[in-house]
Amino acid sequence: MTAVPPTLPAPVDRDASLDIQRVGKLSRAERRAIAVKGKLSSPWASGLAILIAILWTVPSVGLLVTSFRPALDIRRSGWWTTLSDPQFTLENYDEVLFGSANLASFFVNSIVITLPAVVIPISIALLAAYAFAWIDFKGRSLLFVAVFALQIVPIQITLIPLLAAYVDADINGTFWTVWLSHSIFALPLAIFLLHNFMKEIPASLIEAARMDGAGHVKIFFQVLMPLLVPAIASFAIFQFLWVWNDLLVGLTFADQDSRPLTVAVADLAGTRGNAWHLLTAGAFVSIVVPLIVFLALQRYFVRGLLAGSVKG
Amino acid sequence: MDFFTNPETTAEKLGLMVFAMLLFVAVMGGLLFAVDKPKRVPRWVVVLCFLGPAVLLVAGGLVYPGVLTIISSFKNRTGAEFVGLDNYVTAFTTGQFQIVLRNTAIWVILVPIVSTFIGLVYAVLVDRTRFEKVAKALVFLPMAISMVGASIIWKFVYEYRPDQPGIQQTGLLNQLLVWIGIPPQQFLINQPTNTLFLIVVMIWIQTGFAMTILSAAIKAIPDDIVEAARLDGLHGIGMFRHITVPSIRPALVVVVTTIAMGTLKVFDIVRTMTGGQFGTSVVANEFYTQSFRQANEGLGAALAVILFVLVIPIVVYNVRQLRLSEEVR
Repeated sequence: MTAVPPTLPAPVDRDASLDIQRVGKLSRAERRAIAVKGKLSSPWASGLAILIAILWTVPSVGLLVTSFRPALDIRRSGWWTTLSDPQFTLENYDEVLFGSANLASFFVNSIVITLPAVVIPISIALLAAYAFAWIDFKGRSLLFVAVFALQIVPIQITLIPLLAAYVDADINGTFWTVWLSHSIFALPLAIFLLHNFMKEIPASLIEAARMDGAGHVKIFFQVLMPLLVPAIASFAIFQFLWVWNDLLVGLTFADQDSRPLTVAVADLAGTRGNAWHLLTAGAFVSIVVPLIVFLALQRYFVRGLLAGSVKG
Repeated sequence: MDFFTNPETTAEKLGLMVFAMLLFVAVMGGLLFAVDKPKRVPRWVVVLCFLGPAVLLVAGGLVYPGVLTIISSFKNRTGAEFVGLDNYVTAFTTGQFQIVLRNTAIWVILVPIVSTFIGLVYAVLVDRTRFEKVAKALVFLPMAISMVGASIIWKFVYEYRPDQPGIQQTGLLNQLLVWIGIPPQQFLINQPTNTLFLIVVMIWIQTGFAMTILSAAIKAIPDDIVEAARLDGLHGIGMFRHITVPSIRPALVVVVTTIAMGTLKVFDIVRTMTGGQFGTSVVANEFYTQSFRQANEGLGAALAVILFVLVIPIVVYNVRQLRLSEEVR
């Protein structure tokens, strides 16, 4: 680690995720000149950055390339050999989606599980956050701290009693228990984040609306909601990725008919561990949706990440 | 009622999904409308309507089950009778579980430190370069995919074929070994290094998180400080050590503790890559094995409680550091 370049005086490109606008002392062109000079004068630094970028990318590229190769080729040679002898097919996807693994139906399950598991906790948390932020009542801060503190409870500690309760109520293995569990686990963070964003809205806005005789409905939909859309989007993306990628909750509460894609793919890895033509295609099927969501809505995701962990 | 509990076709499933979403939004919207006028409705009714559903779910779904689990951690495998601390004694003294605890410790120490370090270095390296956005996205992408997917990606990198003439390696890492003249290894089976190869996957996932938070913190360092340091002749490593790192210390603490908490609960990677075999199990995986495979409810509960107790010092440290940094300000 001998080649870390100097930190430069001002940003050249404002990061899209940051709403910090700063006025540098140098002009944009000057700063860019310094930046480029600083980078290029330390080839070690560039080399290290490129090395990390390659290390972080190549494994995924290998999976993607392999998923399009004929099954026989996958067994016989490494994916890097396609550089000299490109042979591609969609057969693996056809087999893994509609063949014995039947991932297409689990793909539907993942969608059916994920969307309500995003909408339900947000609708519940919005009302709770509104009460915590803008209604005065006795014990408010104590209750809020309690909800906030519950974020640290590992979900493992709740699984067995929850499962027993679902079995008693005879709803175990349905989508309802999966939705309910995901909602429960999401609530502390959802309430905390949405409360923080609501608190950032100037109190004078709410007061003015109250003076005008606006009720909760009006304050909620006309004053708060328009300002909260980015915050809700941040949390929604968070929760979407979390639920779509979850294994433990799906494994515990979903049954054979309602299990999500992650459980099915993990199962495939356990039972057909050497069938790489199925595994690579299956893994990519499970990856592609969060990848699209993430790439399309990256700035909201980053904003949520920063709000969640830095504000604390 | 069959449709509500057991939808069979895709159309039925999607229909149920839309129904469930509308149901909850309608219920919460209804509550909001029911207590609309602040004057006519007593305040406690308003608070009850707004907070009731959330508090009910959190109390019934987190607090109550948590208490039940703590109680059953003092009971035997069927939960029929109390056995005192037996489950905890088993968890801390049996050889098999000591390996589990040792592995968990290795995970929780290595993953936060290495991923924060790489994330920090990378954030500094690509900061304000022309390729910053693309470069960050590349490292950040693993954050978006499931740990199951990441595990399969890396399992394929570690893939081993017997070292015989005529057989080509299909795993990239073993091919690299062969190219430089070393016989291929069974990375996921050879103890004790196999745990390290699992840890690589978690580092691969978490580095993007560290990089994003730290990059934002680096950009927030006031220009005057950096400029003053430059005038004092600080460059490169000196700038990194004396200006960058101290300035972003609060963010560093948050990143390390957040990753440590996530790592403590890691389960998907171990289960997908080795199933906890070959001495790679960790507490979260062993919890699942004992609770659902071995039907040892008491021991499973004890492991869950151990997870919970291990999180607490990390959180306390985090909160104390936040307090400290606020006082400094």
